Amino acid sequence: MAVWLDSRRGAVRAAKALAAAIVTAALVGGCHQDMWSQPKAKAQSKNDMVFADSSNSRPTVPGTVAYGKADLDHEFETGYDRNGHLVKEFPMPVTPDLVKRGQDRFRIFCTPCHGELGDGQGFIAKRGFTQARPVGNYLTERLRNMPIGHFFDVITNGYGTMFPYRSRIVPYDRWAIASYIRVLQVSAHTPVSEIPADKQAELNAMKYTPDQDAPKELPIGPPPARELNAPGGQAGNRVASGMTTIPAATNGGRH
Amino acid sequence: MAQIFKPAMNTVCTVSIFVGAVVPFAILFTGSRITRGPLNTKVENPLDQPAPFSHKHHAYELGLDCRFCHTGVEDNAQAGLPATEVCMTCHSQIWTNSPNLEAIRKSWESNTPIQWNKVNTVPDFVYFNHSIHVARGIVCNNCHGPVNKMPMTWKGEDFRMMWCLECHKDPSKYLYKDDAHPELTPKQQVFNFYKKLAAGDPLTPEEQELADGLPQLVPPDKTHEGVALMKERGINVKQLKDCYICHH
Ligand code: HEC
Ligand code: HEC
Ligand code: HEC
Ligand code: HEC
Ligand code: HEC
Ligand code: HEC
Repeated sequence: MAVWLDSRRGAVRAAKALAAAIVTAALVGGCHQDMWSQPKAKAQSKNDMVFADSSNSRPTVPGTVAYGKADLDHEFETGYDRNGHLVKEFPMPVTPDLVKRGQDRFRIFCTPCHGELGDGQGFIAKRGFTQARPVGNYLTERLRNMPIGHFFDVITNGYGTMFPYRSRIVPYDRWAIASYIRVLQVSAHTPVSEIPADKQAELNAMKYTPDQDAPKELPIGPPPARELNAPGGQAGNRVASGMTTIPAATNGGRH
Repeated sequence: MAQIFKPAMNTVCTVSIFVGAVVPFAILFTGSRITRGPLNTKVENPLDQPAPFSHKHHAYELGLDCRFCHTGVEDNAQAGLPATEVCMTCHSQIWTNSPNLEAIRKSWESNTPIQWNKVNTVPDFVYFNHSIHVARGIVCNNCHGPVNKMPMTWKGEDFRMMWCLECHKDPSKYLYKDDAHPELTPKQQVFNFYKKLAAGDPLTPEEQELADGLPQLVPPDKTHEGVALMKERGINVKQLKDCYICHH
């Protein structure tokens, strides 16, 4: 009897231990984080399993075309025609929507350096971006006479010390910005008398107070001295900076 | 037979009832405080980063648009962090000798990405999407805290499920609209808010709270305005709490 009792106690004890083990296992198991961090690749995330540099995002090979973005319209994509001349016409209809989109994008990407007016007096320009070369002023004679393709090309490939925006702005938006630059150029050179009478009063009510730091002749004035001695036009500028030769494919990978 | 329960047992009884009733709750409460506290959720703890990048300086004092660097935030699920090229757009010319920018220059010269430490995360079984929230006019500060005040980026909210649902139940309280600029689309309103901050324009009390990272834009006495905004922006809350919205 006593023996039986003892073995029963043992069994109970064993059952208790087993139950405790199961509960503990369930509790501990319930905490594991498989679903929290799944072995899948998310944009810009870290992954030690596949590539040696631990980055899921692959650097793009030169000439890479994003999926669905193979627009085979040469002029639309490059701003040049097949003979290597800058295009003089927009490859799409210029509508108020296009210009509005251009204004929106211009204010994100360009005003820091070129200013709201495109006169090259943005806040970054004032903070020292002009050390090497002054920021371009769209309102100069030379740029007002440039074919529209030039502006598309500058945004796409950069210009001198200005970095390319190829990887940040899609072609459609680059054309939109180019259209807005034309608007800025025209509006800065339109005499008040040519504006509809009802808008004139509105315009006169708005006071444009030129910035204290800005050269006095802006926004309309002679081209800055640098344009006179710029080495061999745009190609020369690009080589002079030496910066645009570095591949632009450093997508910031991280954990 | 001797008395089993001595008078002293009264005290023991009271105390044990009290302890039995209170201690489990106290433990649960403390536990939940700890798991929901900054120690676990990392809210308001700035992380170490390869370069001491300051949003206060770039996004507020300089007034750079969020989209200059977070280009995906309007159209994609992910806002995305800027490539080294984006920093070099300016820092090839400005502050070129700063030791604080050493990591950026190294990354540029060696053509290797910078590895930022991620501040905000949701688990992999949650599918978050930026574009829809921005398109409906929800300001970044609502979810990320006072980004415009951060010298180093910290996590503004804990991103618990309850927190997401609190808004999905009734987003009307959190929609932003600047009454001085009714012509702007909801998306433009979001970025216009930061323009206003950078320009130092006068703010309404609600906007001030948002700038301080304490969102609740529409005060309780003006709920009808929020509801009207929701209609105007075509927000349908009927399915917004369904599990498949975030877990699919
Ligand atoms: C970080 C500052 C910066 C930003 C941002 C910037 N630029 Fe520039 N841009 C410059 C500088 C500097 C120059 C002058 C480059 C030179 O002459 O070496 C320039 C020159 C130009 C020129 C004149 C080229 C010529 O033929 O003289 C155009 C056009 C231009 N930028 C367009 C743009 C557009 C469009 C954007 C927005 C998508 C933009 N820039 C954004 C700094 C900037
Ligand atoms: C000059 C570029 C730049 C601008 C402008 C900028 N950011 Fe950032 N942002 C960064 C960089 C770089 C990081 C990564 C380093 C860090 O976390 O501080 C970052 C990180 C963040 C993060 C945290 C990301 C994470 O790791 O989870 C948030 C949120 C954020 N930014 C929001 C904003 C908002 C909102 C604005 C506009 C008000 C803005 N940013 C403007 C460059 C920028
Ligand atoms: C539009 C131009 C611009 C861009 C883009 C930009 N910065 Fe800056 N940054 C500045 C200016 C201007 C200053 C400060 C100069 C001043 O205080 O006058 C600065 C300062 C800094 C400083 C402080 C330097 C010091 O020694 O105090 C750091 C760090 C920095 N930036 C990091 C970054 C990083 C990282 C990025 C890319 C995500 C970036 N910046 C992109 C304009 C820019
Ligand atoms: C409704 C809430 C919400 C709003 C509004 C919001 N974010 Fe986020 N953001 C999040 C969440 C949640 C994450 C974490 C996402 C993840 O882990 O995949 C995040 C992550 C980020 C990141 C880290 C990188 C990435 O893409 O995961 C950046 C940068 C960022 N947000 C910037 C912004 C900016 C800029 C805005 C405003 C234009 C903004 N966010 C608006 C909730 C929000
Ligand atoms: C401040 C309010 C707010 C917060 C906080 C918020 N959301 Fe949203 N969310 C919205 C609104 C508004 C919509 C748009 C609904 C619509 O237009 O029908 C939305 C839509 C979404 C959608 C897309 C729904 C669809 O129909 O496809 C997802 C996914 C989502 N939210 C996930 C999240 C997650 C995950 C979180 C927490 C990390 C979160 N949201 C936090 C307000 C919010
Ligand atoms: C608005 C987005 C959203 C919706 C809708 C949503 N969830 Fe979640 N859920 C989340 C987020 C964010 C987390 C991650 C919380 C965290 O990190 O602690 C989560 C976490 C969870 C978890 C894990 C929680 C834990 O801490 O273990 C479960 C289970 C879950 N959700 C179930 C559901 C179910 C069931 C529904 C439908 C009734 C639902 N969720 C609807 C956003 C959502």
